[in-house]
Amino acid sequence: MLELLAQTGLNAVYAASYISLVAVGLVLIFGVMGVVNFAHGELFMAGAYAIVALYADMNVPFFIAVAVGMAFVGCLGLLMEWALFRPLKDNPLGGLVASIGFLMILQSLAVMGFGVRMEHIPPVTQEVVRFTDKVGLPVARLYVIVAAIVFLSALWYFLKRTRFGWALRASAQDPEAAALQGISITQTARIAMFIGAALAGVAGALTAPLVSVNPHMGHSVIVTAFIVIIVGGVGSLEGAILASIAYAFVHTFVTTFWDGVLADIVGLSLMLIVLIVKPTGLFGSADRA
Amino acid sequence: MRNLSILLVGLAALIALPHALSFSQQEILVFLVINVLLVTSYRLLTLTGEWSLGHVVIMGVGAYASALYTKELGIYVPVSMILGAVTAALLAVLLSFPLFRMKGFYFLIGSFAAGEIIRLIWKRFREPFGGVRGISGIDPMPDFSIGIYQFDFFEPVSYYYFAGAIVIASLWVLWRIEKSPVGLTFHAVHWQDKLAQASGVNLRAYRTLAFAIASGFAGLAGALQGHYVGTVNPNSFDIEVMVFVLTWAIVGGTQTFYGPILGCIVLTVLNEIVLREMGLEQARPLIYGAIMILSILFLPNGLESLVQKATRRKPVAKPEEKAAT
Repeated sequence: MLELLAQTGLNAVYAASYISLVAVGLVLIFGVMGVVNFAHGELFMAGAYAIVALYADMNVPFFIAVAVGMAFVGCLGLLMEWALFRPLKDNPLGGLVASIGFLMILQSLAVMGFGVRMEHIPPVTQEVVRFTDKVGLPVARLYVIVAAIVFLSALWYFLKRTRFGWALRASAQDPEAAALQGISITQTARIAMFIGAALAGVAGALTAPLVSVNPHMGHSVIVTAFIVIIVGGVGSLEGAILASIAYAFVHTFVTTFWDGVLADIVGLSLMLIVLIVKPTGLFGSADRA
Repeated sequence: MRNLSILLVGLAALIALPHALSFSQQEILVFLVINVLLVTSYRLLTLTGEWSLGHVVIMGVGAYASALYTKELGIYVPVSMILGAVTAALLAVLLSFPLFRMKGFYFLIGSFAAGEIIRLIWKRFREPFGGVRGISGIDPMPDFSIGIYQFDFFEPVSYYYFAGAIVIASLWVLWRIEKSPVGLTFHAVHWQDKLAQASGVNLRAYRTLAFAIASGFAGLAGALQGHYVGTVNPNSFDIEVMVFVLTWAIVGGTQTFYGPILGCIVLTVLNEIVLREMGLEQARPLIYGAIMILSILFLPNGLESLVQKATRRKPVAKPEEKAAT
């Protein structure tokens, strides 16, 4: 029993890692641009397909493929910012609708390019870090955990310690005042969009060998990310990370001890309760919503 | 007199329409008619300023409820359709307690969560909802005759007339509601909520009322669909369908009564008839997505704004429209 608990805990840490990568990107985009990016799950999917194309089909070394995938998805983010979110800046519902349109385009491009079938990706490594006989952490999952820690720390450093980061946070707080201080709102939006998309991309790329890669995989990812950012408080990066961890533990444990659908119901109910009791989220200040 | 003749010609065209179409197009026509009711009921909700992502699930509630009433309780189909609509409306009243604590973006996400929970409950519990595979073998509408026309519900044409009559009656009711003092209050709740509240309007009650009426008609649309298709399952009411409804409303525009209907008809014709005939089956979501993006970029007020431009005679805009733009 203890071993099962420990193993489930490890699985939850892995889930928390990739969920927080996706959710933090979503929060960053929402904070700086005030737009809910419904296509964020599809950016995750695009990252996974980068691995299918480069690593599985073209035999590029895994970590190079991950880096290329990350950059590629970041560029998709730049494209969205340029083509959709910037022209629709004054239309609150517009960005949301446009991102739904973009989601459908990405999805059907994946279907046309790779087919609807689940992709088979050869495992990167079969090694497992053993703690006891029955408790172990596959190294492929360890990569995801390490990536989450590294990238989120880097993001924290960037936001709190660099001039660009200050500019980014300033324009998230008050775009007009930031613009008056000589900060280019377009430039900060571009940076936020690139980082946010790249984080989703790297999460998708690193988890690709561990999950079933298919064109519709983004759906559950975006639902999870929404739950997490609502519970954490829209616009709060720390809240998103803490909520990712909390959600991952609840969801993984309910899935292990009961079943997956029930875990989804529990997760959504938690979000609904948070919305009813404290709509600004557990850690949020409702600045932009 | 002129209006009456336009109405009669329109009605004649609607009656003649299915006879110019192929069998599969007739089936699409039935769905189109049902979707027109769905999207029009959605507009009633948007009148109060709330955009829900749970509307399609509410439609599903009507379908499931009506299917279960006929199957488990043996209720006569037309009666159970109405009961299905009532069930959807009552559920909306129940949901309004948690949901109307939220506004705007939070309502959007909250309604999505509530809808997903309902959908997952259908999926999780085989009794009585049938789990993932849903309920099949739902009683069809019993055939009947009205003297000049024999309704045979194996024929899509018959179901088109039947559903069409119900939808037109429902649209008329929705239209009357919107033009009544209650409907004007819905507008006030959206555009002048502080003023309305100061004048003694109970905002919460009116938002709940709009939600309940919209949900009732969505439930009716669901019941119509359920008894036509013969099966209901959780996946036929998922978020993708909701995205379509949202697109119809936005591409059509929601400032006028006909806007969402226009959006629904134009996009359905484009989607089902043009793209399917052209053999672009796989690229359909791509083109649909592109249409969404292009229309929000270049036609932010929807197709209705084109119609308004074409038909406007007097340059004086109604104050209500001014507030909207």
